[in-house]
Amino acid sequence: MLNVKDLNAYYGKSHILHGVNMTVGNGEIVSLLGRNGVGRSTTIKSVMGQVDCVGSIKFRERELCGSPAYTVARSGIGYVPENRDIFPGITVRQNLLLGMKGGAVNKRWSMDDMFDLFPQLRERADALAGVLSGGEQQMLTLCRTLMGDPDLVMIDEPTEGLAPKIVEQMAVLFEEIKKRGISILLVEQKLTIAMRISSRVYVMGHGQIVFEGTPTQLTNNESIRKEWLEVTG
Amino acid sequence: MEFFLVTALNSLSYGLLLFMLSSGLTLIFSMMGVLNFAHASFYMLGAYAAYQVGLFTGFWPALFIAPILVGAIGAFVERYGLRTVHKFGHVAELLFTFGLAYVIEEVVHLIWGRAPVDYRVPGSLDFTIFTIFTTQYPAYRAFMMIISISMLISLYLILTRTRIGLIVQASLTHPEMVEALGHNVPRVFMFVFAGGAALAGLAGVLGGNLFITEPGMAFAVGTIIFVVVVFGGMGSLPGAFVASLLIGAIQTFSVALDYSFLNLLQSVGLEIYKDSTFYGLASITLSQLAPVLPYLLLVLMLIFRPSGLMGKRET
Repeated sequence: MLNVKDLNAYYGKSHILHGVNMTVGNGEIVSLLGRNGVGRSTTIKSVMGQVDCVGSIKFRERELCGSPAYTVARSGIGYVPENRDIFPGITVRQNLLLGMKGGAVNKRWSMDDMFDLFPQLRERADALAGVLSGGEQQMLTLCRTLMGDPDLVMIDEPTEGLAPKIVEQMAVLFEEIKKRGISILLVEQKLTIAMRISSRVYVMGHGQIVFEGTPTQLTNNESIRKEWLEVTG
Repeated sequence: MEFFLVTALNSLSYGLLLFMLSSGLTLIFSMMGVLNFAHASFYMLGAYAAYQVGLFTGFWPALFIAPILVGAIGAFVERYGLRTVHKFGHVAELLFTFGLAYVIEEVVHLIWGRAPVDYRVPGSLDFTIFTIFTTQYPAYRAFMMIISISMLISLYLILTRTRIGLIVQASLTHPEMVEALGHNVPRVFMFVFAGGAALAGLAGVLGGNLFITEPGMAFAVGTIIFVVVVFGGMGSLPGAFVASLLIGAIQTFSVALDYSFLNLLQSVGLEIYKDSTFYGLASITLSQLAPVLPYLLLVLMLIFRPSGLMGKRET
């Protein structure tokens, strides 16, 4: 479904991605793991058209490298950024409405689905989004992207800084997303959720993919975990 | 009392006209981060377009056609000018709008000449609508207020109640995220720029015949709307609204008041001799100071509150 080949990206003069290759299949949950600063966020930003790229990004056989972000979004890719970019000056409901693309009909999700999954959002539907707690803002960003009815969602560090109870809610939502046939590309630093729900994982180091396999294979590969994932004192 | 009421009404109509100009400038600034030096040129184009179109159709169709024309010019400027210059940064954008203001002025010189054109208040609105004590209030000023207030309400409703308004509001602070949700943000920018230009054009249609339609009008009003936008706080619509009314009132009231510091001293029984060094300074009247007052306010505001009345960012 998503096929990234030999992707290079640059921030000004610094070369961030050195030929990334990865795929995400239909209805699959794939995780992109690695320490901070190895290029995981840059990878999905390149796919999203927010960072200039060199290489090939194909989504359902359509080349997206070089397309503006709104074209990428309209082709069926949803993006949930790490910094919880909610629109603080408008209400929760209006935030969700903006997730819908002009004219398109959302076949999979209704606003009630979102409220059923996260009752907190229903209670605060008419409150300004800026007053929500960090966890609620994270839910809102996710739900807003789902309202655009994507076939693939790329989620950057969704559990960063959240209470364990909310992390559990997130895990339930990921299962629900998978049930409805949507693929997920999850960027994570912590392994807990990623290892539990992913069918395949990639590990990134210094702007390249250094490991590809199933969660079990990663668990068994101690040297990769030591070198690229675990924080060594 | 009579003086106060009439001047208050005049300052309100002038202030609302200023807001029609500064609202567009503020919206464009918040979205694109660029202060559009050519904004007042769209005001001038609006007045000239209304004059020219009016020669063929009369005032009423021109009232609608001229702002649409100016809006279209605005869209063109954004799409083929600003958007190309954008990748070279804000300084390049600023210089671009600066140059554009001169180009527009020269074009106006070429087409309509340097002398004022005969753009007048239409006959159908050239009458007295009501009389305050002994002053006859012109219908055209009342008409201006009605149009300004309805524009203000429509602008508010569009920004807060419609989907496109929500997209605009969200793009003010998070353009990248809005685009990642599948909205064509560059096109939204173009519409906002065109809308701001059209509003400035409408202000030109309304103000051009009340004041004078001549090539210097853009510069004259341009400096005042910059004062309004900075005073109200860059990027704040409510700030621009309050500042427009305030600057409008200050300008209108001060030209009508012939008091000087000398009068003030005299009223408390003090006198300055005519041969004193300070006599000249103290006898300057408020009306003589009027043209300077807005800029004086601007300087004071920048010293004591650089972000303006309601501004959020320090620019």
